[in-house]
Amino acid sequence: MPFLTLDHVSKSYGALKVTDDVSLSLDATETLGILGPNGAGKSTLFNLIGGTQRPDAGRILLEGVDVTAQGAAARCHAGIGRSFQIPHPFVGMSVYENLLVGSAFGQSGTDGAARCREILEETGLLAKANLPAGKLTLLERKRLELARALATHPRLLLLDEIAGGLTEAECQSLIQTIQRIRDRGVAIIWIEHVVHALMAVAQRLVVIDRGRIVADGAPGQVMDLPVVQEIYLGIDADDQAA
Amino acid sequence: MADATVPLTKSGFDPAALATRAAIIVAVGVLATAPFWASRADLRMLMEALSFLALAQMWNLLAGYTGLISVGQQAYVGLGGYLFFALAMFAGIPVLWAIPLAAGVAALIAVPVGWLAFRLQGAYFAIGTWVIAEVFRLLAAQFPALGGGSGISLPVALAKSIAQTRGGRETVMYYVAFGIALLSVAGVWLLLRSRWGLALTAIRDSEPAAASLGVDVRRVKFMVYIATAAGTALTGAFIFLQKLRITPEAAFSVTEWSAFVIFIVVIGGLGTIEGPILGVILFFALRDLAADWGTWYLIGLGTIAIAVMLIDRRGIWGALRARGVPEIFATRRVLK
Repeated sequence: MPFLTLDHVSKSYGALKVTDDVSLSLDATETLGILGPNGAGKSTLFNLIGGTQRPDAGRILLEGVDVTAQGAAARCHAGIGRSFQIPHPFVGMSVYENLLVGSAFGQSGTDGAARCREILEETGLLAKANLPAGKLTLLERKRLELARALATHPRLLLLDEIAGGLTEAECQSLIQTIQRIRDRGVAIIWIEHVVHALMAVAQRLVVIDRGRIVADGAPGQVMDLPVVQEIYLGIDADDQAA
Repeated sequence: MADATVPLTKSGFDPAALATRAAIIVAVGVLATAPFWASRADLRMLMEALSFLALAQMWNLLAGYTGLISVGQQAYVGLGGYLFFALAMFAGIPVLWAIPLAAGVAALIAVPVGWLAFRLQGAYFAIGTWVIAEVFRLLAAQFPALGGGSGISLPVALAKSIAQTRGGRETVMYYVAFGIALLSVAGVWLLLRSRWGLALTAIRDSEPAAASLGVDVRRVKFMVYIATAAGTALTGAFIFLQKLRITPEAAFSVTEWSAFVIFIVVIGGLGTIEGPILGVILFFALRDLAADWGTWYLIGLGTIAIAVMLIDRRGIWGALRARGVPEIFATRRVLK
């Protein structure tokens, strides 16, 4: 049974369909990359999976259980951990306390000091542990998003554009971190514009455009599809054929 | 012992932490001995200030941490007062026991009232709470046994049941006020240091992120609403014991129990424990100063509140914190 299933899920803002009849399923240890132009509806998809928003139509199932009506907290307890594209740090708390929220209220619900330390080390934030989260740079805030999501002990991790703006070295270390998480058996869905980062981690690639899934398959094959090249790389399929 | 110029954290010697601890002990000590050094008028003023401190801590817990802006907390001040009168006069409950009991009953009533208010969001919630308080005020006038619209006085025998002499009564009442204020500050502090404090601070800073990390935002907010209703009613019960008389207008006064309380929290610093304390001191100093100004006094208060919000919306304590003043009620968890 797949861990996550989206069954004909749709979401509109007024006349604009941001998620248009999306069906998708993900195995418990699968690593899925999502590509798509800005405004394609990628972050909305995460809001729907994470329970921050409710779909207008369709169902969302976790291990076969319909969770469509459940809110974000319940989805977290069910094993979904997410990062936000625009970081939402708890600015009045220290970096460590930000993680404590996840470990105290997330899926594990256990005392987190030792585990938080591990996660802070893994995400390179240990030196900043006792600093106010409001003092972090944008890149550190993105790492905090990842760290905080890990603190909830997720079985499915949703990562929303955490590689943007990194140097090549930073990006490599991020890739290694995510590979380690993947190898521990955590399912991952990663939305990213940095294609090579996705290619290094994902076993499967989905391309979204205007709220619809336009491609779904092995990364190499998907990237070679004319429709993907046209949408994502701005190469017109006809030009290429010519 | 390490070089004294090197600030050590935790187990080591920390002058700032020691100084704030000493300041707390001195302040509590001075207040705890007030009946022995304060004049009767001063004692009465202190009782009132301690009551406002408790109300401000409650309003701050609700608004400063959960973002629920209520302009109807007078509903619980008045409810606490009226329940206290009813329990003491008609149920034969000993006067001092009637105070916490009134708070308990008010908390029960707050469950369906909160359920109703929580149907509303943002500005509608604020207006809704005010409307609910007005309904409470109109209802209070419907009980002839409690004096209807013109109010009722606490029978002398009940007042005397606290203590025979006037001085003795005032001492007992002072300690009730002191206890309630202490409970409000210590209660909020302990709450913030607990697991729930993490949730509340997280909600204050970002609701969507708190929810995504497993915090049941709605449930936490509702629990806080009930807890603050109980604390507000507890204070309300005491306030009308001290006044010895209750009327619907006084009990459900939006100016007294919402506007002044909001003023205290906003100028002191929303979302901090220290803010309401500073706010109360400033409020009473201003009130003393402007005793003869009549209406201008209220206009002055409003102007100051607006000025504080325009200059630094974090309030006086927030501005001081930003300039490096260490917090007095530390809630920080440190990774060692």
